[in-house]
Amino acid sequence: MSNENSVKNVLFGPVFDRNPIALQILGICSALAVTTKLQTSFTMCGAVIFVLAFSNASVSLIRHHIPSSIRIIVQMTIIASLVIIADQFLKAYMYDVSKELSVFVGLIITNCIVMGRAEAYAMKNNVTMSFIDGIGNGLGYSLILIIVAAFREFFGSGSLMGHSMMTLSTDGGWYVANGLMLLPPSAFFLIGLFIWALRSWKTDQVEAE
Amino acid sequence: MEYYINLFIMSAFVENMALAFFLGMCTFLAVSKKVDTAIGLGFAVIIVQAITIPVNNLLYQYILKEGALTWAGLPEADLSYLGLISYIGVIAAMVQILEMTLDKYFPKLYNALGIFLPLITVNCAILGGSLFMVQRDYNFTESVVYGFGSGFGWALAIAALAAIREKMKYSDVPVGLRGLGITFIVVGLMSIVFMAFSGIKLS
Repeated sequence: MSNENSVKNVLFGPVFDRNPIALQILGICSALAVTTKLQTSFTMCGAVIFVLAFSNASVSLIRHHIPSSIRIIVQMTIIASLVIIADQFLKAYMYDVSKELSVFVGLIITNCIVMGRAEAYAMKNNVTMSFIDGIGNGLGYSLILIIVAAFREFFGSGSLMGHSMMTLSTDGGWYVANGLMLLPPSAFFLIGLFIWALRSWKTDQVEAE
Repeated sequence: MEYYINLFIMSAFVENMALAFFLGMCTFLAVSKKVDTAIGLGFAVIIVQAITIPVNNLLYQYILKEGALTWAGLPEADLSYLGLISYIGVIAAMVQILEMTLDKYFPKLYNALGIFLPLITVNCAILGGSLFMVQRDYNFTESVVYGFGSGFGWALAIAALAAIREKMKYSDVPVGLRGLGITFIVVGLMSIVFMAFSGIKLS
C-alpha cells in the first residue's frame, strides 16, 4: 500500500532522515533555553506538537482561499491564535511549569519550524497529510529536545523528571554535579555532538564543503 | 544615567540574546557564513529592535495592561492575553513600514539591508525582546535602552561568529561535524566567553 507507506514516511521521516533541527536548521531558537529540566521540555514539546499539527491543518484547510500576497500574515495570525490557546491552557492548568517556560511558549510563534512547515508543506497538501506532517516534525523536534534535556538534567543535577538518580555530594552522596550542564553553552555542545552522531550514522546528511 | 548605561551593558553582554537566551538562532546560524552579510543583518536587527520594543511598550502600557484602558472608561478591562498576537502584528507592520521608508528615502541603505528585513519578522530575538520587556515591566525610556542594547548584543554576536566561520574554512574538521555541527560547538564556546561578562556592574 503506497498510501500507508507515505503516511509512515511523512510521520517518521522528519524524526531521523529529515530532522528539522539537525538538518534544516529550523526552530532552534525557542528550544534550547527550556532544556535544563525534562519536565519543562516535555511540556514545551507538547505545546509545539499541538501548535504545529493544528496550524498545518488549518492552513491546509484554507489554502485555496489565501491570496498569496498576504499568506504570511494569515499564517502568522493562525499560529499566534493557537499559541495563545496553548499559553492560556498552560497558565490555567500547569501554572508552575508555565512560569518556568516564561516567554518561550510565546516564542513558538516565531519558531521557524511552524512557519516553515506551513509554508513548505501545508500550502501544497491536503488536511490529513498536513496534520500528520505537523505531528512528525513536532516529534523530530521533541526527540532532540528530550535527549538534550535528559543529558542536562542527569549530569547537571543528578536527577530525571525531578527524581534523584545519583545522590549529590551536597546531600552527602557521591556525585559532584556538573554545573556547566545547567548553563547555556552545554546545550550547544550537546546538539553539536548529537548532529555529529546522527551524521556518522546517516552519512548522506554530511554537508558538502 | 548610570542606571541606563548599566541596563545597556546588561542587555548587550550579560544577557546576550543569542548566546544566553538562544534567541534568533535560526538566522544566527544560517546567515553567519560571511562577515559582510552578518554585519548587514546585525544592523537591521539593531534598527528594528530599537523601534519595535518601545512601540510595543506603549501598546502594552496604554492598551493591553490590566487597567490600562482607564482613560477610555474601561478600568476593568484586561487585554493582556492578546499580547502575543498584537506584538507580532506590530513587528510585521513595523518591518514593512521600515522597508518602504528605506526604499523611498534611503535607497542605498535599502539595497544593503533590503533582503534581510523580511527575515527579521520571524526572528525570535525581536519578539523575545518585546516579551522580556513586558515580563520585566520596563518603562518607556528603559525599553528604548533595552531595545538598542539587546539589538547591539545580537549584532556583535553574529559578526563575531561569522568572522570565526570564515577562518574555519582552513581547518580540518571531522567529516560528520562539518557545517552545522561544528558551528554549534563554536557557538557554545562563544557562549562560555560571554559568560565572563556576567556580574559586570557600573556603580
